[in-house]
Amino acid sequence: MSATAWAWLVLLFPLLGSLVTAVGYRALPARAAGAIGTAAIALSFACGIGALLSLLGDEPEARHHVSALWTYASAGGLHVDLGILVDPLSVFMVLVVTGVSTLIHLYSFGYMQSDAGYHRFFSYLNFFVFSMLLLVLAGNFVILIVGWAFVGFASYALISFWYRRETATGAGMKAFVINVVGDVGLVLAAFLIFRELGSFDFEQVFGAAPERFSVNEWTVTAICLLLLVGAFAKSAQLPFHTWLADAMEGPTPVSALIHAATMVTAGVYLIARTHILFVLSPTAADIAAFTGLATLLVAGSIALVVTDLKRAIAYSTMSQIGYMVVGVSIGAYSAGMFHFMTHSFFKALLFMAAGSIIAAMANDQNIDRMSGFGKAMRFTSAMLLVGGLALAAFPGTSGFFSKDEILAFAAERGGMYEIFVVLGYAGALLTAVYTFRLVFRILPGTPCREARELIDTGHVAHGEPVNPVTGEREDTDVGFPGPEHHIAEHSWPMKVAMGVLGVLALVGGLVQVPGVDHVIASFLDPVFHDSPLAEIHPSVGSEWVGLAIGAATSLVGIGLAYLLYVARPETPGLLRRRLRPVHTLLVNKWYFDELIDVLIVRPVLAVGRFADRTFERIVVDGLASGTAETVRGAGGIVRVAQSGFVRSYALLLIAGFAGLALYFLVVSS
Amino acid sequence: MAIEWYVVLSALLFATGAMGILIRRSPVVILLCLELMLNAGNLALIAFSRMVGNQEGQVFALVVMVIAACEVVVGLGLIVAIFRRRLPLDVDELRELRG
Repeated sequence: MSATAWAWLVLLFPLLGSLVTAVGYRALPARAAGAIGTAAIALSFACGIGALLSLLGDEPEARHHVSALWTYASAGGLHVDLGILVDPLSVFMVLVVTGVSTLIHLYSFGYMQSDAGYHRFFSYLNFFVFSMLLLVLAGNFVILIVGWAFVGFASYALISFWYRRETATGAGMKAFVINVVGDVGLVLAAFLIFRELGSFDFEQVFGAAPERFSVNEWTVTAICLLLLVGAFAKSAQLPFHTWLADAMEGPTPVSALIHAATMVTAGVYLIARTHILFVLSPTAADIAAFTGLATLLVAGSIALVVTDLKRAIAYSTMSQIGYMVVGVSIGAYSAGMFHFMTHSFFKALLFMAAGSIIAAMANDQNIDRMSGFGKAMRFTSAMLLVGGLALAAFPGTSGFFSKDEILAFAAERGGMYEIFVVLGYAGALLTAVYTFRLVFRILPGTPCREARELIDTGHVAHGEPVNPVTGEREDTDVGFPGPEHHIAEHSWPMKVAMGVLGVLALVGGLVQVPGVDHVIASFLDPVFHDSPLAEIHPSVGSEWVGLAIGAATSLVGIGLAYLLYVARPETPGLLRRRLRPVHTLLVNKWYFDELIDVLIVRPVLAVGRFADRTFERIVVDGLASGTAETVRGAGGIVRVAQSGFVRSYALLLIAGFAGLALYFLVVSS
Repeated sequence: MAIEWYVVLSALLFATGAMGILIRRSPVVILLCLELMLNAGNLALIAFSRMVGNQEGQVFALVVMVIAACEVVVGLGLIVAIFRRRLPLDVDELRELRG
């Protein structure tokens, strides 16, 4: 079978799974729906491997296939196919997305078992994966936008999954609105591309762009900046990042799926896919890289003080995506994609472990209340530790190799890009500290009440289902998990999913060790070899120097976290008092929500209110009620004739005809 | 006989019908008066048809009869319905459609 045929199958299975679980929700038992949903993604993953094998059978230069099912639109010089592009980059994305999603589905199979909305959940989840696959397989900008918008909708549906929870629906709307802002940027970019190059097709656009544009021409910069608006909104980069932390209102597997493996990396994929345009506009590429850098530092600093377990991991996601954005923007394409892969392993794992712990805490997400889970939940704790080590780039783990590759590339480019190296390692230090802050808060220490219950009785603590944010009691009829919770220790699907990810998070980085092997770089090379930046290769020696610095940073960070949170647990409080302004700034997330509120939300509301008071009341209402009054007045006059006396109507009729007859008589004579 | 007689008779019948509609309050009688007016028209049509010497007027008269039959069906149906609902059979009191 050809690579494109496999790719179509990759798309087909999640769509089918979504439809079957959605339509068959009455007929299918809950477990069957979960099994169908999981199997659909697993089949999709298998087809992804089929596509990979078929692609590997080609010569490296020929690993580029397009296929169209039918014409999507054709009018006035515009021709858009429902077409896909299968090349190493899209296959790589497909494999990571479907692979990690399969495990997340498996995890959800156990984790969501007591939820009344089980079918709905799997249907949304499958639809989400389908949208993401459409996005990465799209062969032109139109299909890309379709997939892009589908992903936005699916994330809205999943974040607001517990739709009786007011904070969840609010978070869903926030995510959707910010994503739509990004969609608008992407659509405008596509318009500009079509105006300048006359095509939406990736091949034609990227083929024609180098001849059409001179370097840093304003049009190509505008296109790139608009693309970046889309990418930043999807990938939660400054200043469009505020939705990501709120999106933690959704069920934990959703957080793992959306915020680790798939959705948030769409922006990174977009930049990598359109790298030819960014090569033509170094200004835009630098803006992207600096935004990524700012995001990784801001998000890392917020993660230091957040007390909500899932939100802390979400900020860490933003920070790690910052690295990826830096990578693909400065030209370290394969390093960025490599970091995307390892990140999706360990971040999904961290979310899963967090979900298991939150379940054991009866849905309480406050890390200040957690302690002593190391004894209570050995498997989950081990997985949390593995994920934490990989995130903190502990030597030998997957995060260790991928992060340093980006920074080594930045060092090789030199000049201004040295900033990325210095601040990148500063970010790595932050990462290690905040990651192990979580680990040291949760695992050691005297067990908290819930952990104690688990140790003594083996039962998961039951709690009133209350909203962790507002403290309101939850409505469990419509699919809130309710008092029943599922932890990895008691559920084999969760255990399998976490175990596989744990292994991948530990050894996943070994596919690309400097001087030993470079599987991903050589696989992705055909996609990126047309970029002049792809010529830059850091020497093996300098990469190992980078790795050594990375290892030292990571160990120092972990040591610092140990010092702060274990050896001298009173220091964080002391620091908080000493550095009160800084702490307030961080706890309030650098006031980004407030800033957006003041700069955008309030002015728009004010304009709306002004329009309501003046234009709406005077012009629109005046027109509408004026018309109504005129008609009513005219009707009032005519109403007099409608007396209801049939005989008076008859009289009018007869008199009228008599009058007419008389008139004609007079006229004719 | 001259045509005038027929026309005068027709006019008289028509005027009788119209007067009946205007002064009577029972729906049944009003219906009868309507029939009277229609048939006055028929009479005039047939008379003129004889005078002119072709059949077109008679065809029109037939059509009017059919329409009259339909109208009676509807009218009587309405009257029966009014009666069944124990409403007064008086067109002056049935005036819910006042504007």
